[in-house]
Amino acid sequence: MAERLRHVWWRDTHWRSILAQGLVLVALAAIAAWLAHNAADALTRRHVASGFGFLEHTAGFSISQTLIDYSEEMSYGRTLWVGLLNTLLVSAISIVLSTILGFVIGIGRLSSNWLVAKLCTVYIETLRNIPLLLQILFWYFGVLATLPVPRESATLGHWLVLNNRGVYVPEVMFQRGWQVVAFVSILGIVGAALVRRWAARRQQLTGERPATWWATLLLVVGLPIATLLAMGVPFSLSLPELAGFQYEGGLSINPELAGMTVALSIYTAAYIAEIVRAGLLSVARGQREAAEALGLTRGRVLRLVLIPQAMRVIIPPLASEYLSLTKNSSLAIAIGYPDLVSVFAGTVLNQTGQAIEILSITMAIYLALSLITSGLMNWYNYAHRAEGIA
Amino acid sequence: MKLRSLVLGLVAAVVLAVPASANTLDNVRKNGFVRCGVSEGQPGFSNPDAKGNWTGLDVDYCRAVAAAIFNDPSKVRFVPVSFAERFTALQAGQFDILSHNTTWTMDRDVAQGLEFIGVDFYDGQGFLVRKSLGIKSALQLKGATLCTQTGTTSELNAADYSRAHNLGYKVIVYQKASEYIAAYDAGRCDGATTDRSGLAGDRLKLKKPDDHMLLPETISKEPLGPAVRHGDQQWGDLCRWTLFAMINAEELGVNSKNVDQMMNSASPEVRRLLGKEGGFGAELGLTADWAYRIVKRVGNYGEVYERAVGQGTPLKLPRGLNNLWNKGGIMYAPPIR
Repeated sequence: MAERLRHVWWRDTHWRSILAQGLVLVALAAIAAWLAHNAADALTRRHVASGFGFLEHTAGFSISQTLIDYSEEMSYGRTLWVGLLNTLLVSAISIVLSTILGFVIGIGRLSSNWLVAKLCTVYIETLRNIPLLLQILFWYFGVLATLPVPRESATLGHWLVLNNRGVYVPEVMFQRGWQVVAFVSILGIVGAALVRRWAARRQQLTGERPATWWATLLLVVGLPIATLLAMGVPFSLSLPELAGFQYEGGLSINPELAGMTVALSIYTAAYIAEIVRAGLLSVARGQREAAEALGLTRGRVLRLVLIPQAMRVIIPPLASEYLSLTKNSSLAIAIGYPDLVSVFAGTVLNQTGQAIEILSITMAIYLALSLITSGLMNWYNYAHRAEGIA
Repeated sequence: MKLRSLVLGLVAAVVLAVPASANTLDNVRKNGFVRCGVSEGQPGFSNPDAKGNWTGLDVDYCRAVAAAIFNDPSKVRFVPVSFAERFTALQAGQFDILSHNTTWTMDRDVAQGLEFIGVDFYDGQGFLVRKSLGIKSALQLKGATLCTQTGTTSELNAADYSRAHNLGYKVIVYQKASEYIAAYDAGRCDGATTDRSGLAGDRLKLKKPDDHMLLPETISKEPLGPAVRHGDQQWGDLCRWTLFAMINAEELGVNSKNVDQMMNSASPEVRRLLGKEGGFGAELGLTADWAYRIVKRVGNYGEVYERAVGQGTPLKLPRGLNNLWNKGGIMYAPPIR
């Protein structure tokens, strides 16, 4: 009897757990469907427009920073892209800057130099403990208040113009034939990398590293310059000029982007510094001592021995910092930076009143960004895992 | 704020999903107060003073509704809400009336679930600039950068005007009134733009208000008025006729000081307004002396206007369009009969 009972499928724990999970999933889906249906029904009864048709409608408002072609006659759907690209721009720049700064501060906090270590500690403890929004407002209004008006700009000829509308630098305009120069430059860099690999192999085989600096110089600098001259310099410069109320031409970084970038980078760097410190401290003491015993310089101990091993500990929490940074960029609206939340979940939501649709799209985009970032970081972590070390 | 708006959106999704009771007046009676959505601080319209007392035109309108229902203008809970969140919050049932310098537009009226009950202030969008620029017209602002606030009609109006006159304005949009005016004050923008009444109030927040001036252009029609949720006709009627009663009272010369004598007036119009003739309160769910209570406890439209934004206030806004139709303005209420 007991023998037969075990063969009945609903007594099998494996099938039972699949059944239970299936039921929970169905229940969740039913609740979601009920909520969606009820919301749609309530919206219709209250004469609130619904659906995604609004994405095709004309936007009619201007955006102060656009990375792609945009004008008021374009659609709400287009503003979504403009906002998204602005979010990606400020996040990408801040991720790079905060990583560099975070590594410097994190390593500095472990320095044997008392002053450097204390300064880094003060940096971390101060900036981690002040709310980010306050820091954003501080950098934005603090910097704005100290900069001159456009007519009294601080200038270095036409090469650098600084005023409270932004930083202006000359913009390189591409002329016919620039692709050749770019292609040759890339070839040069690839060539230099190959030379380096060859030198490393020689070093492994013979213990001696052949001097490669002259080849690198020739490939990375000499070759592109020669091509540039041969092609008759296919570039021109657009210089910033005062026109009416502000400078026109050249490449400009407006105070909103600058304020956001500075605040996000400085704030996130404090967290990254602690992650770096934790990573470095996780490397066994003997590793450093052994490296020092081999006579490696301090820089090389760090670069060749400690950091590569520390990276395994550093990468996973670093990925979460990147995710937070991207999501924190949605505070941009406070200082008028036109990011996704400001443009799409702000202005567009207001013009159309379609809160549910717009917030769903916005949340889906942030979710996708986060999943892509963490996917990339997981891939990097997998590619750099320690093989053969338990 | 973004988190708040996300949460608000979700709350809206859930609250909208629950069929709300259609009868707002019953709910208000049960609560014992009117919930009124107002701005987060707009001098002259809805602004808390140092002691936390709200003052302004939008605020006094809500007090008038409370006086009509409860005979007590203090039976109001003010709910400050940002420009960007106000419609969602009204739809989600966070308050019963939205009295928030809101421009009556077609899209808001027909597609956003709102019902505008009238106009309590005729406004228009203007420009605030530094006197030192030495310009006399908005048309001279070619290529200028303008600061404004999100969630308003101002963004669209500035873009329309710029397109119509080929001015190439660059508009920077801030979340809060305090931020857009601070950025303008810091020199980020050549001009600030929003409704003229708003600019008059915001100018006072600048470090040196006298160094700034309003340009003469009015680039849009901004009929500001209270709104309620679409679908509760009785509540809409009550709110609409509260406003009309205030305007009619001014036209008939009835104010908070003389309203008791006016009860003995022989004028049939005054007698109908104050409930001595006809039974106009009953259809609103109120007693016959509903308008008497409004005028007695809060005042007529002119009194409220002077107290909020008139010559005795820092704003000093002239009546202009907001004067009665028979005194050179366009403020006009249908008769009570």
